[in-house]
Amino acid sequence: MRALWSMVLLPMLGSAAQSPAWVQLPGSDSFESVLNYEDSAGKVSVAPFELMALPVTNADFLAFVIAHPQWQRGAAPRVFAEQRYLQHWAGALELGAATLPRQPVTQVSWFAAQAYCEAQGAHLPTWSEWEFSAAADATRADARSDPTWRERILSWYAKPSREALVEVGKSTPDVNGVYDLHGLVWEWVEDYAAMLVSGDNRQQSDPDLLQFCGAGAIATDDRENYAVLMRIAMLSSLEADDTTVNLGFRCARNIERVMP
Amino acid sequence: MSHTARISLLVLAAALAVSACSKQESPAAADSKATAPAVADTGGSLKGDFGPPQGEPIKAILTSPPQVPPPTNRTAPAKVIVELEVIEKELSIAEGSTYTFWTFGGTVPGSFIRVRQGDTVEFHLNNHPDSKMPHNIDLHGVTGPGGGAASSFTAPGHSSQFTFKALNQGLFVYHCATAPVGMHVANGMYGLILVEPPQGMPPVDKEFYVMQGDFYTVGKFREKGFQAFDMQKAIDENPTYVLFNGAETALTGDNALKANVGENVRLYVGNGGPNLVSSFHLIGEIFDKVWYEGGTRFQENVQTTLVPAGGAIIADFHLEVPGSYVLVDHSIFRAFNKGALGILKVEGPEDKSIYSGKEVDSVYLGDKAASMVAVETAAKSEAAGTLTLAEQIKAGESLFAGTCSVCHQGNGIGLPGVFPPLAKSDYLAARSKQELVGIILNGLTGPLKVNGSDYNSVMPPMSQLNDDEIANILTFTMNSWDNAGGQVTKAEVAAVRAATPRPAGAAH
Repeated sequence: MRALWSMVLLPMLGSAAQSPAWVQLPGSDSFESVLNYEDSAGKVSVAPFELMALPVTNADFLAFVIAHPQWQRGAAPRVFAEQRYLQHWAGALELGAATLPRQPVTQVSWFAAQAYCEAQGAHLPTWSEWEFSAAADATRADARSDPTWRERILSWYAKPSREALVEVGKSTPDVNGVYDLHGLVWEWVEDYAAMLVSGDNRQQSDPDLLQFCGAGAIATDDRENYAVLMRIAMLSSLEADDTTVNLGFRCARNIERVMP
Repeated sequence: MSHTARISLLVLAAALAVSACSKQESPAAADSKATAPAVADTGGSLKGDFGPPQGEPIKAILTSPPQVPPPTNRTAPAKVIVELEVIEKELSIAEGSTYTFWTFGGTVPGSFIRVRQGDTVEFHLNNHPDSKMPHNIDLHGVTGPGGGAASSFTAPGHSSQFTFKALNQGLFVYHCATAPVGMHVANGMYGLILVEPPQGMPPVDKEFYVMQGDFYTVGKFREKGFQAFDMQKAIDENPTYVLFNGAETALTGDNALKANVGENVRLYVGNGGPNLVSSFHLIGEIFDKVWYEGGTRFQENVQTTLVPAGGAIIADFHLEVPGSYVLVDHSIFRAFNKGALGILKVEGPEDKSIYSGKEVDSVYLGDKAASMVAVETAAKSEAAGTLTLAEQIKAGESLFAGTCSVCHQGNGIGLPGVFPPLAKSDYLAARSKQELVGIILNGLTGPLKVNGSDYNSVMPPMSQLNDDEIANILTFTMNSWDNAGGQVTKAEVAAVRAATPRPAGAAH
């Protein structure tokens, strides 16, 4: 029965979903992260990597759960995906009329997103990879010092997620050819749980024990970077089984793994 | 065991026996009754724990501003469940201007929470699924690190729960403490929680909830359309708006607070900030009591009280006379140029013995004011029927100095091009006594030519002058500054006045 479903659905999906296009990013030896890494004065090394040009869509993810039934809604264990996992779909293998194939997939847990990327021979981007990519605008690899770059992020923050999500790839691509890093959905990163932000913003001088273990106990006093820090705060508020209506993902992969 | 110690023990045993007999009375009530007259303090949080919650859990009544939940009317500690929802929504900040507020309960300020000292509060913070941001809550009424902030950090579409015992009585601010805190607060994430003293607050007729906040938009004050948050203005502490209850129109027009003469009114006033301290003042009233800083003690007979950012006050007052009373931040440009203004509309009967309304509206000239002796003399002579032309002129001179000389000048020559001259005036000479009386009673507006010069200005009706006064002023004018002379009597003025319909709204 399931095989039959797949045979019926997959040809349809083939027309709706493009195979993910990967974009090469050069990385940097000393990328200035907003994360206040104490051992490297805030600089991180980002090796060259590849990133999906588009966020993963509903159609992409449907193909994934068809191929990996253990990740279907209702089948995925609760500890890996909370009760709202893919709840906006009409059924476990059916998007329904209200959910468009080309909209970014949301209501996916970190575990599910990571499983998706692994199935593509990839991984969720690390925060550094994501931050490096998201620093770009349409003409510059690092546009973060430009107030318009920040304003664009903030104007998205200012809009609650009441409207239906726009389809992926409708925005202007950045200088690397990547779409929708800003202004569409939040995105999971691989090491989100290591960037611990205290739930209480004011405990900077008294970080709790967890923060000592985290990769970056961050200071939120840099007003130029507060737009990015709000993203980190957002990710910090989540558990790995959590899902939200405006949180999706895309995958990254290492250059050396790419088949010639 | 010493003698003294034994006595103490006996007293203690007696006290225990008494409290055991009166089961209805909470330990707190008994405690406050026993110690109220003598103690200088409430004991703070050390004496705020009245034991475990009693009875079934109670769901807290939350209200939107300017409403306040009813008193708890409880005498024992309870478990109170608070469900507060965080909603990010676009709301009006001024007529035709909108802003994306982040709210506790859908309003700015957030829902008012009312509990009793000693209550155990089970707090549920629900972040709406449509939210973009994670949020949390720091209640200043919580004893514990962060005031609940770290325990309530909540992703969109999620819910957090934590429990605290309200050990300190008072009026407390709550607010969001998620990074960047200032931005979350500037977007409206604050409200008030009242922790009633064990005996409750003294009863009043009306209670209102008002909270001040400063807002920072990229656009100017009252600029139309959607307004975005301006971080730089917030850092510079240069607000575009300073508002009560989150909108310029929140407490004006149809939204004005309403009360009646004879009522006791209480305002619970908070200040969310994020930056400014409020000099809270109610124009036309004096606060009979102010529980300054939201604490236990009250000050009496207060005109203006400071409400710190992240602080609150309680103000009581009794309403004697009707009218519109204006809530302002008396850092007064904020009131008139940034929106910090609200109205308390009071209805009921006038009481002229307390406030008369306007009784006199006259020009005040300081040392230019002439002695009114001549006026009194003329009035006496008139009554006796012995009024002379000289007396009239003398009285008229005094009255002219008081009312007319501001425009026509003391020497009657007016101001060229603005106020026409009365001295040697061809216009005056060409008019009948009745016409001249009419001009004083009704004023004169529009173009006219006097002594060859054109004038086009406004003389307001001077109908507040009585018949006597007008007669004397005109007689003085006709006999001064080379005018032709003549005399106007009180009866002549009365006749013209009687024949003149008073336009609606004319002075007095």
